[in-house]
Amino acid sequence: MQLLWLIPILPLAGFAVNGLFGRKMPKSMITLVAVGSVLLSFAWAVKTLLALQPLNQPYVERYFTWFSSGSLNVGFDLMVDRLTAVMLLVVTGVGSLIHIYSIGYMHAEDGYYRFFAFLNLFMFFMLTLVMGANFLVLFVGWEGVGLCSYLLIGYYFVRDYAADAGKKAFIVNRIGDFGFSLAMFLIFAMFGSLDFGRVFAAAASKPVESAGGALTLICFLLLLGATGKSAQIPLYVWLPDAMAGPTPVSALIHAATMVTAGVYMTARSAALFLKAPMAMDAVAIIGIVTAFMAATIGLTQFDIKKVFAYSTVSQLGYMFVGVGVGAFDAGIFHVMTHAFFKALLFLGAGAVIHGLHDEQDMRNMGGLRKHMPIACWTLFIASLAIAGVPGFSGYFSKDEILIAAHGRSPMLYWLGVITAGMTAFYVFRAWFMTFLGRYRGQAHPHESPLVMTVPLMVLAALSAGGGFIPVPHILAAVLPAAHAGHHDPSLAIIAAAAGLIGIGLAYLFYVVKPGLPGAVANGLGGLYRLVCNKYYVDEIYDHTVVQPIKSGSETLLWKVTDVGLVDGIVNGLGRLSASVGGGLRTMQSGNIRSYAAWVVFGSLLVLVFIGMAGGAR
Amino acid sequence: MNLLNIVLALPAAGFLIGLLLPKGNAGVARTFALIVSLVTFIASLGLLAPVMANHAAMQWVTDVPWIASPNIHYHVGLDGISVWLVILTTLLTPICVLLSWNYIRQRPKEFYIFLLLLEFGLAGVFCALDLFLFYVFWEVSLVPMYFLIGIWGYDRRIYAAVKFFIYTMTGSVLMLAAMIYIYGRAGTFDYPAIVGMLNSGSLRFGSAEQLPLFLAFFLAFAIKVPLFPLHTWLPDAHGEAPTAGSIMLAAVMLKMGCYGLIRFCLPLFPNAARQSGNWIITLAIIGIIYGALVAMVQPNMKRLVAYSSVSHLGFVVLGIFSFSQQGADGAVYQMLNHGISTGALFALVGLLHERGHTLEIKHYGGVATAAPWLAVAFMITSLASIGLPSLNNFVGEFLVLQGAALSYFPWAVWAAIGVILSAVYMLWFYQRLFFGKMPEAVKTHVYDLKAREWLAIVPLIVMMVWMGTAAQTFLPSITAVNARILEQSKANVEFQVKLRNEPNRAEASVEPESIHVR
Repeated sequence: MQLLWLIPILPLAGFAVNGLFGRKMPKSMITLVAVGSVLLSFAWAVKTLLALQPLNQPYVERYFTWFSSGSLNVGFDLMVDRLTAVMLLVVTGVGSLIHIYSIGYMHAEDGYYRFFAFLNLFMFFMLTLVMGANFLVLFVGWEGVGLCSYLLIGYYFVRDYAADAGKKAFIVNRIGDFGFSLAMFLIFAMFGSLDFGRVFAAAASKPVESAGGALTLICFLLLLGATGKSAQIPLYVWLPDAMAGPTPVSALIHAATMVTAGVYMTARSAALFLKAPMAMDAVAIIGIVTAFMAATIGLTQFDIKKVFAYSTVSQLGYMFVGVGVGAFDAGIFHVMTHAFFKALLFLGAGAVIHGLHDEQDMRNMGGLRKHMPIACWTLFIASLAIAGVPGFSGYFSKDEILIAAHGRSPMLYWLGVITAGMTAFYVFRAWFMTFLGRYRGQAHPHESPLVMTVPLMVLAALSAGGGFIPVPHILAAVLPAAHAGHHDPSLAIIAAAAGLIGIGLAYLFYVVKPGLPGAVANGLGGLYRLVCNKYYVDEIYDHTVVQPIKSGSETLLWKVTDVGLVDGIVNGLGRLSASVGGGLRTMQSGNIRSYAAWVVFGSLLVLVFIGMAGGAR
Repeated sequence: MNLLNIVLALPAAGFLIGLLLPKGNAGVARTFALIVSLVTFIASLGLLAPVMANHAAMQWVTDVPWIASPNIHYHVGLDGISVWLVILTTLLTPICVLLSWNYIRQRPKEFYIFLLLLEFGLAGVFCALDLFLFYVFWEVSLVPMYFLIGIWGYDRRIYAAVKFFIYTMTGSVLMLAAMIYIYGRAGTFDYPAIVGMLNSGSLRFGSAEQLPLFLAFFLAFAIKVPLFPLHTWLPDAHGEAPTAGSIMLAAVMLKMGCYGLIRFCLPLFPNAARQSGNWIITLAIIGIIYGALVAMVQPNMKRLVAYSSVSHLGFVVLGIFSFSQQGADGAVYQMLNHGISTGALFALVGLLHERGHTLEIKHYGGVATAAPWLAVAFMITSLASIGLPSLNNFVGEFLVLQGAALSYFPWAVWAAIGVILSAVYMLWFYQRLFFGKMPEAVKTHVYDLKAREWLAIVPLIVMMVWMGTAAQTFLPSITAVNARILEQSKANVEFQVKLRNEPNRAEASVEPESIHVR
């Protein structure tokens, strides 16, 4: 036994201690418990993985039966295979860095203990998610991370927009979970088990459903779940709002780890998806459309966190393209590199926001290069990585995805390339607006303390060099590789060029000719407003779904049906019998003695009945 | 005297002795009720051992003649389903006493002894094995609840109490008539004996009798569950009942209906139950979605929770009438889960009411700032209620939906919409109460949980986690009993098919497979 359970339990213990006693503990103790538990978890994960090398087969530990009924038997089982190993290291590694960073970022907050308790709870659920050995244990983590996301988005719960955003995240995710649950019911109906090993082994022997079928339906339902958790069309709307949470939360949950759960789950279920080509195509199409659309919105935002939020939606779209075209390894590779550079972008943005006393609008920034050089240059590295500049981590993973996409359909590739150009543009737009030019705000900018800047530097190193970790090679043993198409070097060159062109255009727009963006926006007119207002998707959902359900429930269901119709009939019957017998009126007088008389009368009636029945026999 | 009789006798004796207590002395009355109910609870835990050792068979059986003619027995016993419902009842009674501690100022003695009488009636319902005895307990539980609402309720308490009474009475009168008819046919009220006769074929209800009999029982139970559209008494009863009344009503009394469905309707009228399954499930699913939507827009805290119960109990009915092992197990588990989580929800709403003196949601806000631990307890309970995995409701809902999906997948699709909606109404509810800025009234009146309130709430929260993570403490015994009930409900299906296809040979055909009850 490797005591796998220690990996998730350690942060859970941290949560329990800080949650129960944190309010009365000194800050240093809270920090020790919260950060210590995650570091220990990271250490235990590393130790376990070293012990389990080379991990060619999944390693499973079964603990106890959670519930069983008939032939359904669900155990609390954890497993580690190479896919889990990658996720484990990313989650605990990046998680540890963000915990450390948070010590500085959150030091002045009243709810310090609450913040760390929830962050630890999140780690517990996230680790459960990636280590679960059956669909239900994965689902425990899946809904659990959603809960922590809800709690942490709503961390500033006194502010209505934060509470609203948290609730929105939970509910939209619930719509996805609806699909996930239904998929599980069908999986059990089809395979008689929810255990990964048994389900995937059985699925391997099923024929490929090129014309659709039960597996295709299962995969579509899983996809619905994935679009919720990983913020893809049509359920991406919660993620931009989720930026209401503290910035370390945005980095950990809404960029590096939780939102990639949909990609992880799809890759985990590769054996099912490979039998359902229609569902695979749907994954890729949803991915590319989301990537493209979110990138266009990212071009127009001024809130630095919103830019990165739409960027996350867009990058998750790339990962979906990867798994959708069968390049599961490339998708997970991008999960990892994205965790590095996007966590860094958010933490860097957090350092800027922190240094400007909660300013998030880039129009009030500028010239911060001199004031916060570490934030500036680490963010520069992250920007190069996400822009796909050759040599930096994002280049490698994005390249793998785009080449695999080209093998499936050149259309996917070209949309991906255009998106890559836009990505480079908006991320450097943000960097130029923040760090170059002159300072446009009122605050006194200052660099953050070491406890925040050291994690930035570590992440910068990973963002720069992370591409050299041979993730696809590591995953080759567990995940089917993409259909190795013709590896045309020009495809990689074009993709890299798109990124460089994007950077160049951003430089032209925001450094060389600062008047240009306004002129272009005016020139585009309606189109610009459409994109700037996020295509009015929130408004459309509100008018077509939220409001009709609310007002329909209030008037049609409650006041008309329930009170009017059903209760009307009941009360009408009551009045009718009252006027016939006169008995009800007496009862409604509330006189208890008359009620007692009724009971006696009723009992007599019963006895008479019984006497008759007994006599009849 | 076996332990079950002691557990039944304790609250009954408490009621009778309580009559002698001094009037108007709250301190004596509540201490007395707390001691009696705690002793009852501890005693009831002793009931578990033999049931856990042998799940499906009846344990703690007492069968003595009560009335010679008609032949009515005091016949009680417990199996792997009823034992949990009895313990649920005995667990919640002391919690209700604790929560009423300072809340009930008017006629305290009467209040507490009615609570004990209620406990007696409810526990009795779950262990009665004689149809008439069952009816007696059913009615006994009705009376104290009527008074709890009618005397200690809020402004419209009389209307609510009478409505509650008439609704329930209407159903139970029909049930009584059906019982008497069965007595006429079987010559006994003894439930195991009747089931034995049905299984051996010596007693048969033809389809012309079976359907009306089933409907008579079903109506009584469906009102109690309550199943849409028979639910409109529930929001009124909850909206007006005092906290303890609401807790016992939601947590235990509604389970009388669910319990009746699975204990009596399925084994006694298997053909009619299966024939009616589709429309009953349709009503259950309507109830799940409708209850959730109407809950969402309620301005009153207790009415909101009441409508959420309509939604939750729809899952129970769906599970029972899916005629699958998972569905039935989930349904029974959900009965217990709902008892714990909705009981806790009403308790917490009661605590808010005790502080803010209003049930209108709009008068609250920002309570998390004023009372952080109350907010934590409410959060955990809400999460249990919306079926977060690792808390109790998830296991029940999952099993019900899995069972429904195995029977007919679209049922699961429709019912699962209710799972989405539960998050909508609960989180919105929570937000309006606990998040945002505090109004002045909240700032001055709302304080955090006190020691006594902790004592009442913590056991429920522990149960939510326990039942959510270690469901195997409870499920094996439930599964065993359900497996037997499902077998019984299949027993006459064969017979029914023959009746339909070959009416002439039906009587002469081979005896259906005989399944022994004990």
